[in-house]
Amino acid sequence: MAETVPVKSAGIHRDRFAQLTIYIAAFMVCAAFVWILSDIVRGGVAHLSWSFLVDAPRDAGRAGGIGPILVSTVLVLLVALTAALPLGWMTAALLAEYVSADSTFGSAVRYSLQVLAGVPSIVFGLFGNAFFSIYLGMGFSILSGGLTLACMLLPILVSTGEAGLRAVPDAYRLSAAALGMSRKTTLFHLLLPAAAPSLAAGLLLGIGRAVAETAALLFTSGYVDRMPGSLLDSGRTLAIHIFDLSMNVSGGDASAHASALVLITALLLINIAAMRLTAGWQRRKIVPE
Amino acid sequence: MHGGSEQLRRPASEKTPGKGDGAYTLGPMQAGPVCCDPQPLIQVDNLSLRYGAKTALDNVTLDIYRGCITALIGPSGCGKTSFLSSINRLTDLIPGCRTTGRIRVDGCDIHESACDVQALRQRIGMVFQKPTPFPVSISRNIELPLHERGIKRRADTAAIIEQVLRDVGLWDEVRDRLHASALSLSGGQQQRLCIARALALNPQILLMDEPCSALDPIASGIVEDLIGQLRGRYTIVIVTHNLAQARRIANYAAFFWVGGHAGRLVEFGHCRQIFESPAHELTAAYVNGVRG
Ligand SMILES: Nc1ncnc2c1ncn2[C@@H]1O[C@H](COP(=O)(O)OP(=O)(O)OP(=O)(O)O)[C@@H](O)[C@H]1O
Ligand SMILES: [Mg+2]
Repeated sequence: MAETVPVKSAGIHRDRFAQLTIYIAAFMVCAAFVWILSDIVRGGVAHLSWSFLVDAPRDAGRAGGIGPILVSTVLVLLVALTAALPLGWMTAALLAEYVSADSTFGSAVRYSLQVLAGVPSIVFGLFGNAFFSIYLGMGFSILSGGLTLACMLLPILVSTGEAGLRAVPDAYRLSAAALGMSRKTTLFHLLLPAAAPSLAAGLLLGIGRAVAETAALLFTSGYVDRMPGSLLDSGRTLAIHIFDLSMNVSGGDASAHASALVLITALLLINIAAMRLTAGWQRRKIVPE
Repeated sequence: MHGGSEQLRRPASEKTPGKGDGAYTLGPMQAGPVCCDPQPLIQVDNLSLRYGAKTALDNVTLDIYRGCITALIGPSGCGKTSFLSSINRLTDLIPGCRTTGRIRVDGCDIHESACDVQALRQRIGMVFQKPTPFPVSISRNIELPLHERGIKRRADTAAIIEQVLRDVGLWDEVRDRLHASALSLSGGQQQRLCIARALALNPQILLMDEPCSALDPIASGIVEDLIGQLRGRYTIVIVTHNLAQARRIANYAAFFWVGGHAGRLVEFGHCRQIFESPAHELTAAYVNGVRG
């Protein structure tokens, strides 16, 4: 096609150059990703086995597996979600449904969440240590770590939840009200289900963020690598395990790589799920009512 | 409520709506009074309505009669939808919207604190200009408001669902897919579902905002027949741009116009009088299709 249109050759060269630059940039992004991934796979895949997934770590993690660490990771995540989901989604419902978009209270809540979203995670860690571990006496525990993570997840859950609820057409609210349905029924039976895809997307984003977190957990859930007996025990999460192996344990590289491989696979699966959900949601929004 | 046959309630001069008349099972008739004996059910006094600084309705005073069909006609933007929404206080949900004046439904002031808005809205069914089915199954669309009303037994809701879907002539089309999404219905079917949903609460009053504007002539005919059959059992206020339709089905007509910056009521009277001997020249111009 290009040949049939008379174009000055300088223009063509400029075009080619721009195209090349774009391709190189894209290639570098992909290369970085592939490099990280291949490094982890190369270093870790040999070490990976069923017993690696279920055994307890031995010799500071150089040998053995990551069984207790997976358990602690899941427990921290569950504590975080149990605390953050109801709080986050109820706040989202409050902002989207019960206060007007430009009210002072709403803007104040929204602003504080924005600030919270920008706070570095190490600061969350220090706060969690001071508040949950020391002030509330939870010590270094899964509970304390989970609650600290919950504070970090709130901004994500609230903003995705609010956006999802606001995307629900007003016609539903008006016709529900015209049918004499209470606001509560409307919220729980119509609006939240209609916003479910974006709530789920926010949930998965939050899980990804939580699973990858180290700094906020260093001073809260700690890094004891035994199998936790209760939520008040300290527990080492996967991300911290990787950090510890590569920073403090010489000869722990193979284990670190294998753990990273497990973590990345889990994150990848979560992301794929999130993407599919979001795509499904967008498709549904585009389809005419 | 006293008796009166279908024939009695329909003024002889009006054309009988075409096909399908009487094809629906409306259940036992509890006919209202004949329309030559008007009793006001909704009394609107000096209603003004503003959206922020913009006045949409100015000083409207109007009685709506029990058991009759009242058509609201007038050009776009003259406040017909706003008028309907203030009767069931749906205007409360619109940010910046304020009403002044008094509206009484069955003698009870709807703005008084003693008035339970939710109960009021359950007594007043509303059908919107655009079909607004909920994104749930067809049967759940009708169940949700019934549950809220306290009707929860499966057998009861199933019976009501069948009854109202038959009333709107939708039963045979959807009986096999009651659990399919309501959004999978066609636009006309969706609108009839919305009418069925409003009827399910057995309201006293039906507010219909251009219920046929999104429908093809056949579906529109079905809905129109239905409205004709509801006369007497319900008090109906219908907004329509279709003057022929207003003429066919309404007992009373109210003509709104945008005068100055705000909509106001120009003329209210028997449908026949509004169309055949309008008192106001604006009305005459509008019903005769002349630009005012
Ligand atoms: N939510 C709103 N916010 C601000 N102004 C509004 C709102 N809804 C309606 N209006 C204005 O109020 C006036 C009356 O609107 P309304 O919807 O009642 O007209 P209508 O007679 O129903 O018109 P149509 O026949 O086109 O449906 C219009 O000028 C409109 O612009
Ligand atoms: Mg309108």
